[in-house]
Amino acid sequence: MSPTLNLDAAFAALGDPTRRAILARLAKGEATVNELAEPFDLTQPAISQHLRVLEEAGLVASRVEGTKRPRRLEGAGIAAMDEWLAMLRKALEANYRRLDRVLAAIESGKEKK
Amino acid sequence: MSKMTLKTEGDKHVVVTRRFAASPEALYRAHTDPALIQKWMLGPEGWTMPVCINEAKPGGKIRFEWSNGKGQGFHLTGEYLELEPYSRIVHVERMHLPDPTPDNHVETRFDPQGTGTLMTMRMTLPDAKTREAMLATGMEHGMEASYVRLEGIL
Repeated sequence: MSPTLNLDAAFAALGDPTRRAILARLAKGEATVNELAEPFDLTQPAISQHLRVLEEAGLVASRVEGTKRPRRLEGAGIAAMDEWLAMLRKALEANYRRLDRVLAAIESGKEKK
Repeated sequence: MSKMTLKTEGDKHVVVTRRFAASPEALYRAHTDPALIQKWMLGPEGWTMPVCINEAKPGGKIRFEWSNGKGQGFHLTGEYLELEPYSRIVHVERMHLPDPTPDNHVETRFDPQGTGTLMTMRMTLPDAKTREAMLATGMEHGMEASYVRLEGIL
């Protein structure tokens, strides 16, 4: 599945401080559910539930290592969010480039007075 | 070389900054004079703002209507809370898509910097969920052209 299809889920997933903290932890490297649960005052099932939301949003992936399933950041999902924010920046920047021209006209009009 | 930054802050804020080679006074006028607003606050190529009501006084009404000339459009309404010429504007706004989005509280500052001006726009949404929804979908209507362009590039 293309990660761009999960943008709504990805932004919704980020609307929770615990999930943002989990992503920040995973940005430092792989971690198991137990390792992730440690810094939070949360049970392992609660962390697992957050991880499920992040996995469904395409932001976190896992692999099997014996009985453990270490989680890591899913680069493609993160990149899709980056692209979206880049587009927002682009549309705003188009406005501001027009504003540059409007301002130049105001300032040159002032000089002529 | 982009002079603009757009970032989230805390749970509920989005902060946009941009430097301009103009005085705070010129920026303030470009943000408050309807005839000037209609020249630049347009989003992607091809969109216009046929209706621009902008009563720049505390309690004054804001109404911007955008159109792509092909029958698609949306509008924004709001109210001014505080105006300090030529340094600070505080207003609330909401998009109508067509249902109104939750209020976005916006503080815009124009600070002299060197020979130009640093604009800082700080948006405050009611909660984290609303902010993420705004970033994810709220500006989608105005984004179509950029989206199509991006798809062409990828």
